[in-house]
Amino acid sequence: MDYALAVLVGLFIALGVYLLLSRSIIRMLLGVTIFGNGVNLLIFTAGRLTREVAPIVPTGLDQPAGPIANPLPQALILTAIVIGFAMFSFLLVLAYRAYQELDADDTDTMRLAEPEDTPRPPLSY
Amino acid sequence: MDHLALPTAMIETPTALADWVIVLPLVLALLGAALLLMLRQIRRMPALLAGLVVIAIIACEVALLQRIAVEGPLSMTMGKWLPPFGISFTADIFGAAFALAAAFVTLIVIIYAEGERGADERGDGFHALVLLLLAGVTGAFLTGDLFNLYVWFEVMLIASFGLIVTGGRPLQLDGAVKYGFLNFLATTLFLLSLGLIYGLLGTLNMADIIGKASTANPAALTGIAALLLLAFGMKAAAFPLNARLPASYHTPPTVISALFAGLLTKVGVYALLRAGAALAGEPGYSGTGFAIGRHRDVADCPAGGDCGDQFAPGHRLPGDRGIGAVLAGIALPSEGGVAGAALYVFHAILTMTALYLVAGLIERRTGQRDTVQMGGLYAASTPLSVLFLVLVLATAGVPPFLGFWPKLLLLDAGVQQAMAGDWADGALVVALLANAVLTLIAGSRLWAHVFWRSGVEGAVSEHETVTLRTPGVREQWLGLGASVVLTALIVLAGLWPNLLFEGARAGAADLVDPARYIAAFGLAEATP
Amino acid sequence: MNTVIFRTIAPLIVAIMLMFSVYVCLRGHNEPGGGFIGGLIAASALAIWGMATGVETARKALRVDPLALAGAGVFAAALSGLASVFTGSPFMTSIWLYLDLGETSVPLSTPMIFDIGVYFVVLGTITSIALALQSGEES
Repeated sequence: MDYALAVLVGLFIALGVYLLLSRSIIRMLLGVTIFGNGVNLLIFTAGRLTREVAPIVPTGLDQPAGPIANPLPQALILTAIVIGFAMFSFLLVLAYRAYQELDADDTDTMRLAEPEDTPRPPLSY
Repeated sequence: MDHLALPTAMIETPTALADWVIVLPLVLALLGAALLLMLRQIRRMPALLAGLVVIAIIACEVALLQRIAVEGPLSMTMGKWLPPFGISFTADIFGAAFALAAAFVTLIVIIYAEGERGADERGDGFHALVLLLLAGVTGAFLTGDLFNLYVWFEVMLIASFGLIVTGGRPLQLDGAVKYGFLNFLATTLFLLSLGLIYGLLGTLNMADIIGKASTANPAALTGIAALLLLAFGMKAAAFPLNARLPASYHTPPTVISALFAGLLTKVGVYALLRAGAALAGEPGYSGTGFAIGRHRDVADCPAGGDCGDQFAPGHRLPGDRGIGAVLAGIALPSEGGVAGAALYVFHAILTMTALYLVAGLIERRTGQRDTVQMGGLYAASTPLSVLFLVLVLATAGVPPFLGFWPKLLLLDAGVQQAMAGDWADGALVVALLANAVLTLIAGSRLWAHVFWRSGVEGAVSEHETVTLRTPGVREQWLGLGASVVLTALIVLAGLWPNLLFEGARAGAADLVDPARYIAAFGLAEATP
Repeated sequence: MNTVIFRTIAPLIVAIMLMFSVYVCLRGHNEPGGGFIGGLIAASALAIWGMATGVETARKALRVDPLALAGAGVFAAALSGLASVFTGSPFMTSIWLYLDLGETSVPLSTPMIFDIGVYFVVLGTITSIALALQSGEES
């Protein structure tokens, strides 16, 4: 199972990188998201896959009744998902604003910050 | 049912009130940011509130630093859990000193911004975002847990996203898209290596990692270290990974660029230093994956000097630089190298911000961003020209100024290694010197262009042709005053560097031999 | 989207979702749920309200700026962590208070305040982003 998930992680990340290499910002956004999901899956796999039950302590007990799954990777992934979600929504709004203001979804035509005809350096001295 | 026979994983001893100095800077910054966000539309003077909060943070950090200087690294683990399970905040001299420098720089920037910001810019959340950025930076400097470090990176990132689009000009949106994607990619790579570290070592606590890394599979560790180097290299904008920097740093207002230049890349370097120390496991950094970094640094050094690329052609004012020199220090496998690198970071936090602030003043006076269109500023404002020259010299590492000392430490460490027969380190020394010379040439040339010549380029007559803006009284006092204070600090620290030297040496000793650092967590007795 | 059916049913949906979000937030300590999920549900409720009545009306219905809500959330969360200074324990140590109300005992705690803080942070930020995107569509 670990091997299958490792392959899946590799697939996710490859797909994410492929989309990130695209010129379209929306595709890049999707790429970043898929990349992030691949990483989350990797953390999940790195926390060891077991057939144990969910790490929830039953009512009336101070500690879990039997062996439980490792809760830490789940907490890490939850945090990563929340942060990734915030980043995604920010970048989405940013891409949308950029599309409105710059009328460009293509990074090749977004050259305001790095103009192609850079001014020549000063000559004196 | 069978109760698992586990010992309680709780801290039983009560926490002293004095220990709170380690979390207070962070909590204060968060509380201040939250308060400013809430009162965005009501409060008339957000700058005053933000300034007071930052002063309180500085006070806490001074207390923290004093305590660390006496007792060694200090740690506090959240929620009473024992260290490898709870999230720890741990500060050694480096972390605390960088956090202090960051808070001081933020205070200067807040004062400086008051001179520039018009009444129509009230309520855009600038101060809340600055405090949020400071919270992220402080958290990153003071945390003792790698995943927590990731969280603070993201806090920092969100705040910097907000800052970079403040004002919302199309130029800024363009820069922000590139900044956003590349940074997000860097933090995701960081997260990726965190997952692998957790899978390999079963822990993310830095002290715990130090203990466990020495027994781990070195090949796997090298791979992880290379990934971390990639992620932090993007954060620190080290040479082949610095694409986001020229694309974005010049787009927001110069105050914000100054804050970014002072804080963001330095956090990347600090993370590299810290993670390197944790993963290498034993003294002598040259082991594991950071060997990969060493060979690159040689290329990186002159590249740092060539900022250069942004400095010499001069159509944009100063770029971020010197990261190469810091990485060179990390690459040198000795205490002296680490001490030099840390001192360099400290110097760069102060000097880069000051340089950007002064560049901002120049921009305000000339109304230009292109040095081709500048000139004759010397006649108009002598203090400004002196400030700029001092900062250029400090950046290049000319003796009486702060920039000289870290370079001296680095060169000393490099020469010692080279004498011992390590030629790669000899190349580092040459690169460092080339870096200094190039910086000096680029900087003084820039000074000559902006201040010394009487008019813009191509002006035939000797008469002044530039139309300079005369700044308002408020702008003059706050802007120039804040820059003067920061520069004065740089000069003074350069004249009396003993304290810094001692701090850097002690910090480096703790980093190379982490016994005291680990003991601060209380891990020594917790793990069998 | 702006049909009569949607506009008529929207208040009902929004009210139920807001109520449900509070329920999900409060049950989160021991059962699936929590501030993040609750905040998301509440934010989607407000986004629906924005779709049905227009962004301006939704903003007016909120009365406060959504980002101010997020600020209040961060504030509450940070304060809940600071409370443990009074018990001589480290930052973020939970403090519990059991209120006996007749037959049931209501557990109040600092993690709950933290969770409510998270609820408001998520509600505030996601709402402001959703409303920003919607106002862009209209113009």
